[in-house]
Amino acid sequence: MSMTAEHQITAGFMPLFDSAVLVAAGELGFAAREGIDLTLHRETSWANIRDRIAIGHFHLAHMLGPMPLACNLGLTPLASETIVPFSLGLGGNCVTISNAVWAGMAAHGAVADLDPARAGAALGALIRERAAAGRDPLRFAVVHPHSGHNYELRYWLAACGIDPSQEIEIVIVPPPFMADALAAGRIDGYCVGEPWNSASVAAGTGHIATVKAQIWRNSPEKVIGVRKAWADENPEALAALLRALHHSARWCQDPANHGELAAVMAQAGYLGLPPAVQMPILTGHLQLGGGAELDIDDFFLPFDKAANFPWKSHALWFYTQMVRWGHVAHTPEHLAIARDCYRPDLYRSALKPLGVALPGANSKVEGALRVATAVGATGAGLVLGPDGFFDGQIFDPDEIDAYIAGQKSAEIQT
Amino acid sequence: MVRTALAVLVIDENRIRAAIIEAGLREAGHERVTVIHDVTGIARRIAEIEPDVIVIDLENPNRDMLENMFQLSRAVKRPIAMFVDRSDQASIEAAVDAGVSAYVVDGLRQERVKPILDMAVSRFNAFSRMARELEEVRSELESRKVIDRAKGILMKSRGLSEEAAYTLLRKTAMNQNRKIGDIAQSLVTAAGLLGPAEDE
Repeated sequence: MSMTAEHQITAGFMPLFDSAVLVAAGELGFAAREGIDLTLHRETSWANIRDRIAIGHFHLAHMLGPMPLACNLGLTPLASETIVPFSLGLGGNCVTISNAVWAGMAAHGAVADLDPARAGAALGALIRERAAAGRDPLRFAVVHPHSGHNYELRYWLAACGIDPSQEIEIVIVPPPFMADALAAGRIDGYCVGEPWNSASVAAGTGHIATVKAQIWRNSPEKVIGVRKAWADENPEALAALLRALHHSARWCQDPANHGELAAVMAQAGYLGLPPAVQMPILTGHLQLGGGAELDIDDFFLPFDKAANFPWKSHALWFYTQMVRWGHVAHTPEHLAIARDCYRPDLYRSALKPLGVALPGANSKVEGALRVATAVGATGAGLVLGPDGFFDGQIFDPDEIDAYIAGQKSAEIQT
Repeated sequence: MVRTALAVLVIDENRIRAAIIEAGLREAGHERVTVIHDVTGIARRIAEIEPDVIVIDLENPNRDMLENMFQLSRAVKRPIAMFVDRSDQASIEAAVDAGVSAYVVDGLRQERVKPILDMAVSRFNAFSRMARELEEVRSELESRKVIDRAKGILMKSRGLSEEAAYTLLRKTAMNQNRKIGDIAQSLVTAAGLLGPAEDE
């Protein structure tokens, strides 16, 4: 099929399970059926993905949700204008901690139920106990400063009264090295996507303390970042790709296909890890460590709940966190850049001909849905949420100034 | 005016390539070159070395960690500007194509950095070329061995001379538009499947 392909598209990805929708689009023929010859390149760092997008080696890539914002805001070197017409899923991350930290938290009331408030209170008590004893602050790792991992870890800690900039240290570690770094005692905990949390649990060197799906349910994670110059010149190729990704995502969500998807991702060119390791993210059934296990609702959604829709409110929430932690100054110009980065209009125009369910708006109030809710949408059968933040906060993208003004002073109490 | 020599830090897990780059930099008159293969404890090393230029291979998975460290002023005394000068697109492309990335101390003039980056790029390319040539030689040797075995099988099973056996292999390869090594490999595999190795 590729010999007659209308569109040649080259894409980069990192070896993480949430690249699955992109990988399956290439491996299982969804791209070819849309007339696309899709070439996938595995990369070793987000910096490489950024660089190769900037110089045109890649047309698009699997990216951290805040990364295109960071590019457009000029926070990284070699940034090129990058847009987001598609989200690769919701959820999928965990916070994993060492056995020693878990023992310390358990002494302060933590139980293996993943409840962010309870776990955070216990961690806070442990941190203050350690500080009083003159011990070094705990060191947590995330994969990148401009990542959902960094922002949700900080959000969780701050909402539990822990100042993530002062009371702990946050370092950067590549995902495949997390479990080793934890086992070797170089870090005390980390926030990363699967399978790198289950890896520590399986090795007996870590406990999962809480999960993204409970800190902020149905929250954004990875996206498809597209070099804007290419998107502008190749609207048909992009629309074809978005249709291929849509079909791929629907296939990835179906439990009947999980075995096959796990086998594809297990291949040496993708994750290179046994299929069994891919199953927790697909089933939401996680071993937490010490024999505890739990089924987590909406742990990772590659398709359901409008998971692929690039909500502007998701981008804007990332922006508020960039401001909160000093990554960028809040100015009208920066806000405008953040508002323009995610492109639901491109998603709509590509998928409308398929008659699929599309949300009625481009932005939503995040954290407002307490239960799963059928929404008025074009097409049939679109259900959103619940999408609550664990601390009951609401993010209204129309009230950004108030949200930014409120978040530091209200939550960090030392 | 006497300029202080630039301190260059090369981070590369590939020891051979790192040595080639280091040699190139020294030949070009850079005396303050440090090579690191393992990034464990790198923050302390950077604080000690205070590099003006950091050269790192693109395959290194620790680039995100390093970039973050460069941005935190408490980790390094002097801010490290990212990558090469943004205006020089050709240099950036050449570097990424070669598989190398460079970071320079803020304020360092472009003309002092460019020769170092150019050197790194050319040495990276030379290393890739060398590795490729080595691989070609290896596969050439491999292919010759297989052809010899295939000739042996033909000579024994069909009573051909060595020359006739080779001609038959070559003709078959030409007819099928395949490499002679591939034809020889098929024959050796088939002979192995059909019975006791006939060339032993």
